[in-house]
Amino acid sequence: MTHRFLVTLGLAVLSAPAVGGAQAIDRTKPPVLAPPPSLQLPDIATATLPNGLTLHVVEMREVPLVQFTLAVAGGGREDHAVPGLASFTADMLDEGADTLDAFGIAALAEYYGANLRTTASWDEIRVSLKVPRRNLDPALALMAAVTLRPTFRSTEVTRQRDLRLARILQERDRPETVASLAFNAIVFPERHPYHASLTGDSLSTVGLDSTVVRNFYHQVFCAGRATLIVTGDMDLAEARAATQRHLGAWQECSPAPLRAVEAKHDLPSPVTLTIDQTRVYLIDKPGAAQSVIRIGGPGISRHHEDYIAIEVMNTILGGSFSSRLNSNLRETKGYTYGARSRFSYRPMPGPFTAGASVRTDVTDSSLVEFFREIRAIRDAPVSPTELERAKAYLALGLAGDFETTSQMAGNVAELLTFGLPLTYYNDYVQRVMAVTGEEVQRVARHHLRPDNVAIVVVGDLARIREDVEALALGPSTVRDLFGQPVAAD
Amino acid sequence: MVRMRHVLIILTFLAGATASRALAQATPLSVPYTMDTLANGLRFIVHEDHSVPTVTMNVWYHVGSGDEKRGRTGFAHLFEHLMFMGSENAPYPAFDRLLEGAGASNNGSTTEDRTNYFEWGPSNAAPLMAWLEADRMGFFLSTMDQEKVDLQRDVVKNERRQRVDNQPYGRAWETIGRMLYPRSHPYSWPVIGSMADLSAATLDDTREFFRTYYAPNNAVIVLAGAVTAADIKTLMEQYFGEIPRGPSITRPVPPSFTLARDTLAMLEDRVQLPRVYYAWHTTKAYAPDDAALDIVAYILTGAKNSRLTQRLVYEDQLASDIIAFQDGKLLDGDFIVRATARPGHALPEVHHVIEEEIARLGAEGPTLRELEQAQNSVESTFLNRLERVLAKADLLNGYYYFTGEPDYFARDLARYQAVTAADVQRAVATYLHAPKVILSVVPDGKPELAVQGTEVTP
Repeated sequence: MTHRFLVTLGLAVLSAPAVGGAQAIDRTKPPVLAPPPSLQLPDIATATLPNGLTLHVVEMREVPLVQFTLAVAGGGREDHAVPGLASFTADMLDEGADTLDAFGIAALAEYYGANLRTTASWDEIRVSLKVPRRNLDPALALMAAVTLRPTFRSTEVTRQRDLRLARILQERDRPETVASLAFNAIVFPERHPYHASLTGDSLSTVGLDSTVVRNFYHQVFCAGRATLIVTGDMDLAEARAATQRHLGAWQECSPAPLRAVEAKHDLPSPVTLTIDQTRVYLIDKPGAAQSVIRIGGPGISRHHEDYIAIEVMNTILGGSFSSRLNSNLRETKGYTYGARSRFSYRPMPGPFTAGASVRTDVTDSSLVEFFREIRAIRDAPVSPTELERAKAYLALGLAGDFETTSQMAGNVAELLTFGLPLTYYNDYVQRVMAVTGEEVQRVARHHLRPDNVAIVVVGDLARIREDVEALALGPSTVRDLFGQPVAAD
Repeated sequence: MVRMRHVLIILTFLAGATASRALAQATPLSVPYTMDTLANGLRFIVHEDHSVPTVTMNVWYHVGSGDEKRGRTGFAHLFEHLMFMGSENAPYPAFDRLLEGAGASNNGSTTEDRTNYFEWGPSNAAPLMAWLEADRMGFFLSTMDQEKVDLQRDVVKNERRQRVDNQPYGRAWETIGRMLYPRSHPYSWPVIGSMADLSAATLDDTREFFRTYYAPNNAVIVLAGAVTAADIKTLMEQYFGEIPRGPSITRPVPPSFTLARDTLAMLEDRVQLPRVYYAWHTTKAYAPDDAALDIVAYILTGAKNSRLTQRLVYEDQLASDIIAFQDGKLLDGDFIVRATARPGHALPEVHHVIEEEIARLGAEGPTLRELEQAQNSVESTFLNRLERVLAKADLLNGYYYFTGEPDYFARDLARYQAVTAADVQRAVATYLHAPKVILSVVPDGKPELAVQGTEVTP
């Protein structure tokens, strides 16, 4: 089975004949551009092995490299009884497998010129291998070993646990990290999977041992929960043969997927997750050179019908260099090196976040400008020029996202993660270009809620607190470096 | 819009960290190009790659913080910001807006040695990129005013706050530069400059700088992607041909120097864990020992089984991270080792192991297998960089600047393949057994965690 991508990067703002002639150019006007090229994405060929492992292959012959990306369903949203467990389990895969220890695995991978990575996202654990084609076979054997036969030895688990504890300690040094972790802990209630960090906290990490890790691994790792994406210098037949050779013995699992997170932990339904009123959370970093600001709340699902319109709206608000937030706070006011906003898409709705690092003495003025822009895009229609620019930026920028084997694998994996059709991009450009100014305003009104957001500010409270509270944006409290209430405030 | 020095050196390290003999034979490593020079001295290089319908334009001006003077540090980078503030036919904010409207993106960066500007987007946007770059190369100065300088000065100061002052260990890199290089050497100050110097920059400085350095004969442009060399030649002549040539430029010749003895310093910072930095004076990019030093760095910290990583992070468990890299630049070079102690450990314990392992590598040299692992890893990195036209364009420009040959890919790889165990041993003995800078950064109020010795004022 193959899925054909053919994307015409059509409907450009500047669409007329190409620049011609020899010398005479009119320098006073931008050149009139030829129509945008069509982007012919390669086919995605699909096969399923007898053990239930599904494989998608995209042939890319430009450079003699092959990437194998194995995505196993079961990431951070499954582990929140022990936050960080999925990520830790992923980290442990290449710390020992078969008779190899961590050094043995690294020595082989590097000798083959392979980049072998084991990571966890909110939704899945990924094992990925990028290797020169000629070394694929031994490298794939190594990838199979860490996937199928990790050892999780106690000494290795303890060592990685202690390393992770050191890193968690260091996270408190970076004000941006403090702000983001506190923001998540505040926006998502306790026991919501996104309340904690994907990599856990010191409390959840300190209890990790090889039994806990091994149990999670066995709960998650089986062929029927996995999808393999192969991109690069290889076709379907070659990829299938190589996969069968190395991963063919992997056990099929009885397809008893983990229960949905919502049911398992009796969470508030994601659609009703709201913030009752705008509140300010202040975190003290005495002597900080800047204040780090995060503003936002629960966002939307990747499947939301407004997804495309929201992406266009956010490109105008804070998703591009020319966006309103960046133009205002960086280019006009000089408050910051950059201001941005984004909707994060995860299996359950992730957050909407706007933010910047701003000069300490304009912390309050920066908050005023953030709210001015968030309200403005709700209150008035965007200009036709802004709208066309944002749509072209999203639609025509697509070609650059499919250049490398890693980008291709990432894009295909994202479609699979969210259960979107492999033909998704076929009409992506048309759908972006169809968004109207009315829709932009409608989704702004519906999805940006300036009266129902959390505002997190990490900075030198002795210098900013009074001014920020004088804005009366909402009730204000001081939180500690972990986003938790401070006893005596 | 800049890569700061510490980001840059890591990129250089990765670039330097790659290669496998047999594979290079099987895969000729080459990026074909054409090169032309306009009458005004502007060179342009075209690489056709039709695999995806995109194009990138990559402009290098041969000026960086290495061309600055004391009292005006950070100016090359500040000027990079001003280049986005509009020109005669594309007044602010046309530059970013027109590109975004064509589905294209852009950025720029400044290092010690050069300033680059690059756009990427659908292949039909090439004329727009050429028009915009030509306008700010040829029709820029009349639009510059005090207000623009003041505004971008604020943005750059915010950048410095965000990347240096508000980061844990943020002041370490500029402290090392000051300790390692003589005061008259331009690598003794950071690319982003000091707050005082940024405040001192004037509108007249801007004009003078532009006239000196932003001339067609001091720039090289690479166009790479789904375009034809013939079309690009026409485009370049049309848009850049009439820009007048500028003066010829003499780059500074920094003093040669050697560090007489180990130089030790300590900073206190708002950090949880102590971190130690070592810096040795080494050699320029592409100089004879540059590749051997990259291999030394790999053998020390390039993988989990590299000597320092295996010992400090895994076996003795004294450090939570460690990295080493050779940072060869145009005028000079340095070799860095940086390690963070684990909770409950002090830097002297880490220091002892680092000294011991470097001495052992110098005395015994690497095993054949260690050397091959390093070389294979380097080769793989070379292959990975060929996937993106954005990376290829910047490499063509960089190779041309540093070696005079844009398609230096195979010869660059050959440098690493030629490194022998004896070369590694000699590089360690020559450079890493020489006096060095040692900087400890410790949590506020905990000087006892630092590497001990006689300190100098950083």
